[in-house]
Amino acid sequence: MNWTRKDLLGLEELTKEEIEFIISTAESFKEVQTREIKKVPALRGKTVVNLFYEPSTRTRVSFEVAAKRLSADVINIATETSSVKKGETLIDTGLNIQALKADVIVVRHNYSGAAVMLAKHLDISIVNAGDGWHEHPTQALLDILTLKEKLGRVSGLNVSIVGDIAHSRVARSNIWGLTKLGANVTVCAPAMLVPPAIEKLGVRVAKNIDDALRQADAVNVLRMQFERDDENAFPKQLDYFKNFGITKERLLKAKKNIVVMHPGPLNRGIEMSSDVADGPNSVILEQVTNGIAVRMAVLFLVAQARDNSDQEKL
Amino acid sequence: MRILIKDGRLVDPANKINQVLDILTEDNKIFRIGRRIDAKTDITIDAGGKVVMPGIVDMHIHLREPGREDKETIFSGTKSALKGGVTSVLAMPNTSPCIDTPEGVRILKGLIAKSAQANVFISAAISKNRLGKVLTDAVKLKKEGVVALTDDGSSVSDPQTLLRAFKKAKEQKTLIICHSEDHALSNNGSINLGLMSTRLGLKGIPRESEYKIVQRDIELAEKAKARVHIAHVSCKESVNIISRAKRRGVAVTAETAPHYFALTEEELSGYDTNLKMKPPLRTKEDMEAIRKGLKEGTIDVIASDHAPHTENEKDIEFDRAEFGVIGLETELAVSITELLHPGLLDWPELVEKLCFNPAKILGLNKGTLSVGRDADIVIVSPDKEWVVQKEEIVSKSRNSPFLNRKLKGAALYTICGGKIVYEAA
Repeated sequence: MNWTRKDLLGLEELTKEEIEFIISTAESFKEVQTREIKKVPALRGKTVVNLFYEPSTRTRVSFEVAAKRLSADVINIATETSSVKKGETLIDTGLNIQALKADVIVVRHNYSGAAVMLAKHLDISIVNAGDGWHEHPTQALLDILTLKEKLGRVSGLNVSIVGDIAHSRVARSNIWGLTKLGANVTVCAPAMLVPPAIEKLGVRVAKNIDDALRQADAVNVLRMQFERDDENAFPKQLDYFKNFGITKERLLKAKKNIVVMHPGPLNRGIEMSSDVADGPNSVILEQVTNGIAVRMAVLFLVAQARDNSDQEKL
Repeated sequence: MRILIKDGRLVDPANKINQVLDILTEDNKIFRIGRRIDAKTDITIDAGGKVVMPGIVDMHIHLREPGREDKETIFSGTKSALKGGVTSVLAMPNTSPCIDTPEGVRILKGLIAKSAQANVFISAAISKNRLGKVLTDAVKLKKEGVVALTDDGSSVSDPQTLLRAFKKAKEQKTLIICHSEDHALSNNGSINLGLMSTRLGLKGIPRESEYKIVQRDIELAEKAKARVHIAHVSCKESVNIISRAKRRGVAVTAETAPHYFALTEEELSGYDTNLKMKPPLRTKEDMEAIRKGLKEGTIDVIASDHAPHTENEKDIEFDRAEFGVIGLETELAVSITELLHPGLLDWPELVEKLCFNPAKILGLNKGTLSVGRDADIVIVSPDKEWVVQKEEIVSKSRNSPFLNRKLKGAALYTICGGKIVYEAA
């Protein structure tokens, strides 16, 4: 297939074929990481700017490593050190980065729709590294790659997503990606953290955690953001663990080889117990490794699509 | 000065006229209506195949002056109105400063006298600074010529305060216009709570935040035996509540805005901040209910809720962008496109919603083509197709939810006070 998108904003807008194409591209980049020299010249001479409006270590580092392994030059901009604090708008910041002749902006933003807005105003490639509660497409793609590696396929799998669905971009991107690839998705959350009309996205809402785990081939456990200050209805941490925490006991009632995923950073003893996090079902660290391959694939594809469209213009 | 408009289809539901007739103005008044008027005139307009209707009375607009002249001024806002066939507007009081004292009204009247290009009527706040605490002086405000009281933009949260406001309004025979919203329930949301807020990851505004307060406001007005007008109705439940209240004889009237019968939340998938307003765009079911409410008469008025904002306030992250959209230049065309052409409303019904009913509700001598009334007339092409283009907007702001949309129907001439004040290119 021919990849033509200059941006990756979310999985909602992608077709099944496009998602599969990113995954297969990621699989070939994964091989690169097994080499002694883990670097290819695919993006030599290109500049990738990581524009992060939210504190993030893992996603930012993952994108940075991915860009560097493609031989791109990488610049990291974090809000603390930028002119954002001086009141510059997101669009102006984007236009300035474009004027520096950067090729790709990887953007993380606390407002939903920020990446969409940047893409509308800029000609260079935009990769969404998480916008508000909206989407975090590369996280879902690396989850899908991990599932595919572990279980051999995605179609037909029962995947449960547990945690704060309402405020989770990871949940939304996973729902779009998994349902498009033919998985059966179940969500499980405290009632006030299940967003309205979620079933209309093609998912089932589990009655409780045991119901979510019973048939599951995999469970994706979301980070609980207890630090959120605008939701006074948030459950207490211990109550959450009691009612939704993934424990060894609960896994005994699930499929033996259930794959346990977590996008990190993990709250041990709240979202899952340590024996699960470190246990045989956990693939948390493999997710991190796969994140590099997926982000290499995405950076490569969007930059190439932009090069191709520029050539067509000439 | 005499203008003769020949051969147009005159639509004037107040006088039960809906036929081809000539109309002659003299100075600022309507002078004669009849078949084949033969008179000496200064200007003769051939309106064959066109509709001739009263100038639109838009009872819900924000002129932003004084205070936010960067968004709109009395001059630019009324110019914008004339392009849309609107000859009379009711200016909302949420300016800076807020119009909540007789002195403020006098200053505003001075500004209007200096620069208004259409008839501008004044509303004042129900409460000081629209904070819902201390009531304004309804008696003195009325004496200054204020035609309605409203805290538009906010609800009067405390029911006791609102009940007292209704009782005073009843004594003064003043209309209270309610922006009905439970701000706590709205919870800083930015679009309708539902499938779209879930898909886009935006905080939702539940429909309860509107209709529960519509219900409360009507009940309080009923208790005070006062009239109440519900602004910008957007959801099905509100329509049902108003319908029931009307049936039991409450003196309630209601308005909706073109975006609520033309658009739904599904349009929001690209995070277009020009589709962000309060109340928010709802679902298809709500849109159908609004249309039905217009057809059945539950909703009396179409008003634009023209709310100009600068591009700086709109071209930012969706959550941070201001609520509100402009509408003066598109309300007639959107109404013709969405209500008239599909056969939902006929011309007399449409003119009632746009002209006659708002004038009646506000007690204005407007909204009809009666001989002797002010010569505020629009000549409309029902079939002229045009695309809403940013560059052609007359308002100082460009935040139209209908940008780049094709509409059918347009004002060709707008006559205000017996003068041609707008002529389509």
